[in-house]
Amino acid sequence: MKEILQQINKAFDNRIRLGIMSVLMVNDSMDFNTLKELLDVTDGNLASHTKALESEEYIIVEKKFIGRKTNTSYKATQKGKQAFQEHLEALEKIIKKS
Amino acid sequence: MDTKNYLQDLQDIKQMMSKSTQFLSLSGLAGILAGFYALIGAYFVRMLIENHSYDYITLESTTFKAIVGIAILVLFLSLTTAYVLSYRKAKRKGETLVNSTSKRAFLNFAIPMLTGGILIVLLLKNQYYGLIAPMTLIFYGLACVNVSKYTFRDVRYLGITEIILGLIAIEFSGYGLLFWVIGFGICHIAYGGVMYFKYDK
Repeated sequence: MKEILQQINKAFDNRIRLGIMSVLMVNDSMDFNTLKELLDVTDGNLASHTKALESEEYIIVEKKFIGRKTNTSYKATQKGKQAFQEHLEALEKIIKKS
Repeated sequence: MDTKNYLQDLQDIKQMMSKSTQFLSLSGLAGILAGFYALIGAYFVRMLIENHSYDYITLESTTFKAIVGIAILVLFLSLTTAYVLSYRKAKRKGETLVNSTSKRAFLNFAIPMLTGGILIVLLLKNQYYGLIAPMTLIFYGLACVNVSKYTFRDVRYLGITEIILGLIAIEFSGYGLLFWVIGFGICHIAYGGVMYFKYDK
C-alpha cells in the first residue's frame, strides 16, 4: 500500500490540475480559452495552475499570433503523460483495494 | 486515506477527457425525425414515379427534378432539425453549441460527405445512374463512422449499417428507393430512438 501511495503525485492533488492533464492526455494540444471554458475557471486561476504544471515540466506552452491576436496553447510533455499515467494507475490500485 | 475522493478524481478525469473530445449535444430525437422525413419523402417520390407517363425517367424530365427537389428538401429539413434540437440540448446542459469539439465533429463528418457529394455529381455527369443511391448510403455511412470518434459511439454502428446497405444496394440496381427507405428512414428511426432513450432523457 505504501508504494502505491508513493505513486500518487502531489502535483496532481488539485481538481483543476487533474482537469488540465486529463484534457491534454486526449487532445494533441488545447488553447487557453477552451481550457478555461471546459474547466469553468477564471483566467488567473487557470494561469496559476498551468504555471505550476509547466514548472514541473509536465506541460509546455506555445504562444503564437493568429492575425493580430495572441494565442496560447498547451501540450502535455512525455514526462507529463508518463507521470499522469502512473498517477492514474495508482488511483485505480487504491480503489481496487477498498 | 480518502478512497471516496480518489474515486471522484477518476470519475472527474474520465468526464473531462470525454467532454473535451466529444460532441455530446447531438440529439437522438433529430435522428428519429430525420427518419420520418425520409419516409415521407420516399412516399412522395414513389407517387411521382408511378404517375410518370413513360417507362424511363430522363434527367430533363420534371419528375426527375421533382425527385431531386424532394431529396434536397428532406436533407435540408433533417439538418435544420438536427441543428435546432442539438442547440436546445446544449443549452439545457449549459453549454454552447458551437465550440471546438462540435466544430471538430462537424469537420470530420463533412469531409466524407463532401467527397460523396462530388462523386455523385460526377457519376450523374458520366451517366452511372445505378450507382448513385448506393453511393449516398456508403458515403453517409463512412461519414458517420468517421465522426463517431468525436461524438456518440452509437453513430459508428449506424455508419457501418449504412455502408453494408449501400454495398448490397449496388447488387440490386433499380431498388434505390427501397434501400433509401431502409437506410435513411428505418435506420434513422431505430438508431435515433436508441440514442434518444440513452442520452436525451
